[in-house]
Amino acid sequence: MLKRLGIMLIAALLLAAGPARAAKDELVIGITQFPSTFHPIIDSMLAKSYILAMTRRAVTIYDANWELICLLCTELPTLANGRAVIEDLGDGKTGIALTVTLHPDATWGDGTPVTSADMVFTWTVGRHPQSGVSSNEAYRRILSIDVVDDKTFTLHVDRVTFDYNSLGFDLLPAHIERDRFADPLEYKNRTAYDTDTTNPGLYFGPYRIVETVPGAHVVLVPNPTWYGDPPHFKRIVVRVIENTAALEANLLSGAIDYVAGELGLSLDQALAFEARHGDRFDIVYKAGLVFEHIDLNLDNPALANVEVRRALLHGIDRAAISTQLFAGKQPVAKTNVSPLDWVYTDDVPDYPYDPDRAGALLDAAGWTPGPDGIRVNAAGAPLRLELMTTAGNRVRELVEQVIQGQLRKIGVDIRIRNQPARVFFGQTVTQRKYSAMAMFAWISAPESVPLTTLKSDQIPTPENNFSGQNYTGYASPEMDRLIGAIEVELDRETRRGLWHELQRLYATDLPVLPLYFRANAYILPKWLKGIVPTGHQYPTTNWVETWTSE
Amino acid sequence: MFRFLVLRLTQSLVVLLVMSFVIYGLIGLMPGDPIDLMISANPDLTPADAARLKAIHGVDRPLLERYVAWLGAALEGDLGFSRLHARPVLEVLLPRLGNTLILLGIAFLLTLAIALPIGTIAAVKRGGAIDYAINFAAFAGISTPPFWLALLLIMLFSVSLGWLPAGGMATIGIDTLADRAAYLVLPVITLTLASVGGYTRYTRAAMGEALAQDYVRTAWAKGAGLPRIVVHHALRNALIPIVTIIALDFGTLFSGALITETMFSYLGMGKLIYDSVMGNDFNLALVGLLLATFVVLIANLLADLAYTLLDPRITFAAREAGR
Repeated sequence: MLKRLGIMLIAALLLAAGPARAAKDELVIGITQFPSTFHPIIDSMLAKSYILAMTRRAVTIYDANWELICLLCTELPTLANGRAVIEDLGDGKTGIALTVTLHPDATWGDGTPVTSADMVFTWTVGRHPQSGVSSNEAYRRILSIDVVDDKTFTLHVDRVTFDYNSLGFDLLPAHIERDRFADPLEYKNRTAYDTDTTNPGLYFGPYRIVETVPGAHVVLVPNPTWYGDPPHFKRIVVRVIENTAALEANLLSGAIDYVAGELGLSLDQALAFEARHGDRFDIVYKAGLVFEHIDLNLDNPALANVEVRRALLHGIDRAAISTQLFAGKQPVAKTNVSPLDWVYTDDVPDYPYDPDRAGALLDAAGWTPGPDGIRVNAAGAPLRLELMTTAGNRVRELVEQVIQGQLRKIGVDIRIRNQPARVFFGQTVTQRKYSAMAMFAWISAPESVPLTTLKSDQIPTPENNFSGQNYTGYASPEMDRLIGAIEVELDRETRRGLWHELQRLYATDLPVLPLYFRANAYILPKWLKGIVPTGHQYPTTNWVETWTSE
Repeated sequence: MFRFLVLRLTQSLVVLLVMSFVIYGLIGLMPGDPIDLMISANPDLTPADAARLKAIHGVDRPLLERYVAWLGAALEGDLGFSRLHARPVLEVLLPRLGNTLILLGIAFLLTLAIALPIGTIAAVKRGGAIDYAINFAAFAGISTPPFWLALLLIMLFSVSLGWLPAGGMATIGIDTLADRAAYLVLPVITLTLASVGGYTRYTRAAMGEALAQDYVRTAWAKGAGLPRIVVHHALRNALIPIVTIIALDFGTLFSGALITETMFSYLGMGKLIYDSVMGNDFNLALVGLLLATFVVLIANLLADLAYTLLDPRITFAAREAGR
């Protein structure tokens, strides 16, 4: 009797576990992070952008070809088409007026039209100092908004920059959120995006959220008020599996269909996965805007000498690292500008692997080989540099070891001292407490001006309460001039020339050792079609309605 | 007994108060704050943004001032808001607590159900083939890293055989007990195999010591059989050190099993507390850790009560006197 009961119990468990494989009108996506909020403009987080892009659209975004396009607007405002007009603000200042028309059929999921009032409300929230919006610079720059009609409004912006028509605003539904914003300080705790996440009125994209289990999954179904092409999948489930080994196992077991490149396996894991299971999946690699590099603390006496910095870069075989560790999928970076960016230039000082040249540069800088092979200066001090990164980041730790070995060959003693990300970014880097070299990544956008990372007034110090992100301590009047000039140059060709100058100066001065641009790996089932990786900060889900199954 | 309970509960409250300050202070002393972490990932955040966000989140105020404010609100029943989850702390914590109790509770009972008998058998058969086999299995369990064991189980039962789900809490859209149970099987096996070895060894040692006592020899001389000697004479005395270990381990029922939860995407307390500490979510980390502390204190109180049941020589009066 007991034996029979046992068999029945096991059978019931197995039956219950059976229907894990998804039908093809349902897509189960695996990612590694759950959003801390679903509010579109509070906090910036890739997991949130990834999910929300299925449910709503920014006014403008960059497409997969890195061209600025309208998603929610009908026409990109430009000086040529008259939707952008330069204004005199008095006192010698100029601003710009941008007239935007929202898509006539754009409607929130509860049937309320998306209108100019939503833009005005979003601006009110975005610029309010207590609303909790992480980056409100774009909102602060808007001086006023003239509502022309329900779908058209004019933004009056306080300055003219080259990217004046990049309007990445995510509109908020005024009819739902206005009352919750009555006390701005409490708004981040009261927003419907976190207290009533499945409210259809929060979304106007091809999908809307119908279920969330924090830390586990989000379920989306087609939004009946969506005005674009109808999406193919009847249901999309985004499952969060933080451990990438478990994510891989879930993919193999059929519990998930697709691992998103934006938040999925690291490149080394994807390469190993491809070697074992490449025949069952389509694996697409896309290098993008995540710039892996080593910040050099220019207060370090050895690193203050540009010839030493150049020698270090000559001493690192970045091409071999890219080929051997990443199968050539991650292009070597010459500067902080991605080769995919239209302002990129190859015409910059280059530092190929050349240990002899590195040795000569170090000799000239006064660092000569000591008895143990480590170079010493005239005072007999060894050329010993500390290299730090985030502990537990397997790929970076691997690269660190390779660099340590390669620089040892040119007589540089690299001491690795890693810290948990919490400490590394919480204090060591942000307060410039690293003694020599800090390896990490910057995530930027197409044609992103390195204002906070390279301008001399952005060096964190105790006096400015460690604000700014120029962690190397780099101060160059010429770099400051170029950054300022690029910001306001509207002519594309002139601006391209300025960008080329900036890249040449960057590669000449080398405040940072550029390593490579990180690649994302998209692990797709062979039946899933239509996903086009972008390589920039706008995720593939912005075009989810074009995804199909075969 | 009443006096003993009141005394211990009062002591527990004092310990909780001190712990709340210590935990708050330790988290606060960690380098950086949530806004520093936000800045490090986003080069577009300006110094003005950073200053404004620090003021909104209150991290620009002195640590002691923040703690006093938190304590005042907590005494009025407001345990605060989780920054990482954008929800009140209890709303985040309670479902996770339930999940952890189910997972670790089952694994804990299963562990005891396996470890107590086989530890006893090993002690009775000390030096024999069965003892060696049990010891070998116990050491294998103790030495196997849980993440590796979890991965092996997933690869075998989920990927190769396709019998059980690889991770998660339940099949989305299916709300049945059998479905939920299917998702528990692999994490329960992982946790049980990871901890059964240790308890087997404790039981074997405690039973071995008890079986060597004079009163056991006397029982043999009186002609008592093996089952009676083991169950009535030795086990009762051997249980006292085991109960102490169980009481100390009981806290993990509430603080979760970080690695197993992560490997199986199980929404428990371990991962929640870890993420809240690393993400500088003060309120959540504090309440989660205090809850774990509270449970350890209660478990120890229960263990004290259990001692008096197991050994009549132990009395409340003696324990109050500190003897």
